[in-house]
Amino acid sequence: MSERIVELSAADLAAKLASGEVSSVDAVTAHLEQIEATDGTPLDAQDRSRGTDGLNAFLHRNREEALDVARGVDEARAKGEQLPELAGVPVAVKDLIVTKGQPTTAASRMLEGWMSPYDGTVTRKLRAARMPILGKTNLDEFAMGSSTEHSAFGPTRNPWDLRKIPGGSGGGSAAAVSAFQAPLALGTDTGGSIRQPAAVTGTVGVKPTYGSVSRYGVIAMASSLDQVGPCSRTVLDAALLHEVVGGHDPADSTSLTDPVGSYARAAREGSAEGGLKGLRVGVVQQLSGEGFQAGVQQRFEESLELLRAAGAEIVDVQTPNFEYALGAYYLIMSSEVSSNLAKYDGVRFGLRVTPEGTPTIEKVMSASRAAGFGDEVKRRIILGTYALSAGYYDAYYGSAQQVRTLVQRDFAAAFEKADVLISPTAPTTAFDIGGVDESADPMQMYLNDIATIPTNLAGIPAISLPGGLAPEDGLPVGIQFMAPAREDARVYRAGAGLERLLTEQWGGPLWRERADVTATVRDFAATAAQGGK
Amino acid sequence: MSAINREQVGHLAELARIEMSDEELARVAGELDLIVESVASVSQAAGDDVPATSHPLPLHNVFREDVVGETLTQEEALSNAPDSQDGKFRVPAILDGE
Repeated sequence: MSERIVELSAADLAAKLASGEVSSVDAVTAHLEQIEATDGTPLDAQDRSRGTDGLNAFLHRNREEALDVARGVDEARAKGEQLPELAGVPVAVKDLIVTKGQPTTAASRMLEGWMSPYDGTVTRKLRAARMPILGKTNLDEFAMGSSTEHSAFGPTRNPWDLRKIPGGSGGGSAAAVSAFQAPLALGTDTGGSIRQPAAVTGTVGVKPTYGSVSRYGVIAMASSLDQVGPCSRTVLDAALLHEVVGGHDPADSTSLTDPVGSYARAAREGSAEGGLKGLRVGVVQQLSGEGFQAGVQQRFEESLELLRAAGAEIVDVQTPNFEYALGAYYLIMSSEVSSNLAKYDGVRFGLRVTPEGTPTIEKVMSASRAAGFGDEVKRRIILGTYALSAGYYDAYYGSAQQVRTLVQRDFAAAFEKADVLISPTAPTTAFDIGGVDESADPMQMYLNDIATIPTNLAGIPAISLPGGLAPEDGLPVGIQFMAPAREDARVYRAGAGLERLLTEQWGGPLWRERADVTATVRDFAATAAQGGK
Repeated sequence: MSAINREQVGHLAELARIEMSDEELARVAGELDLIVESVASVSQAAGDDVPATSHPLPLHNVFREDVVGETLTQEEALSNAPDSQDGKFRVPAILDGE
């Protein structure tokens, strides 16, 4: 075959499956082989926290079940059965989403070995769509982080440069999609955990409108901010997966009753000739310029030029209250974290550590939580406990909720002038693994999410797509589009339009600029074996 | 918005049921101090007339029919328990001295 199966987009793979040119078993096998070739072997068989000498994108591989599902799809197709559009197309699932028959760990020692007795709603929808699940992807512990370094099972590495972070918390899903281990993956986004990893790995990630995808069976981090969304290499693919997992769910009381939108159609219209003509694009003045890496800024401005040349109307918008968004986010998020993580007490499930002697249950809980949680999780629980404590509640949690109103008002005013808003997704390209000393300055890591957080506070949809490589380091830059709540179709339309302009300029997808991942991993592992890093 | 000391963090850790060494308490106190200082401006951002938003989209009184749905069996519910007995979760003494 001239084109490798693993390099096909989900849409193209689905077409080849439908025509019988490729079988689902072939597709699953090819992706499992790619995982085998690039995910590495454990650096220390005794100590999983050290990770692997490869990408370490997967915490669990679901080989047998994925092949079974693929065989079922191939048989059904041979019999001429009507199948869903993505039937037989493999998918990876962030290990924060529960899956029956596979472990779910949230990348925490607290849940090591835990087997969910039920499926999350999005997991069920993947099964109903007959998509083989390749396995569970790595993340920052309980989705808290921007680098996937906080995983209890070692960091995931960036396929563009294995010494770099793949973003976080969904670094595993983004790296898997970027490195052709999977055409599609599910992520979750509380402050940017789908979009920032997409940006730094040169992939596409979407945070849908809050409530448009069910959170039932998604391990809760901050319930008023969390949202499940798609990761892919093309905008159309993200739209197709969004249509599979979206829609009302009575099991999630925050689930919207709106029908699933026609996101794939929006993406196709956006990428058609003249698809961007007349689109009003608002440039968020507070989300670029100072604090953003020069190469990020340069690629961002080039995208604006392309949009203008394609007939979009570029306007400036002001969002003065965004200056408080990061602070408000950290107060709200940590408060909800401290509450949501109270359930890990070593009683009903998860790690139990029993100290010497005849300890009380309280001592067992404290010992279990001390051993089960990593430093970042503890830091956020303590911060949240502080923000919610008597005497501080109004100054912190109460004020942060008021800022949330101000951020929503800023967005409402901006959307009066523009159909979609645009900004770089992240202020920098991928940084070195171990390159940020969080104890010296915990806020430095948090600043990665400066451009993604406002949309979570407002509950609105946003997409990140590849905007090119920063000239100074050759690493991917992400471009973000945002749209009003329930207007997810707009981010697909605008995203697919810009994607077409950029890929025409590049002469193909951005990943063609990258060295072969398998060879990169082989060299990296050889160096690691010699004791280098 | 005063500086956060080790004793305060010790109290918070107790409330949060996380055992921490003296060293850890000192480190977290320093980190928390930096974070709280960075987010302090939040309390100055909004006037009293700005309402609080607890939830990004307005949804009220979400009810469903009161019918029995799918539930876990007792066996499934206990399948991940660190300790169980007679179909129940088993825990150490709840009160001191018993």
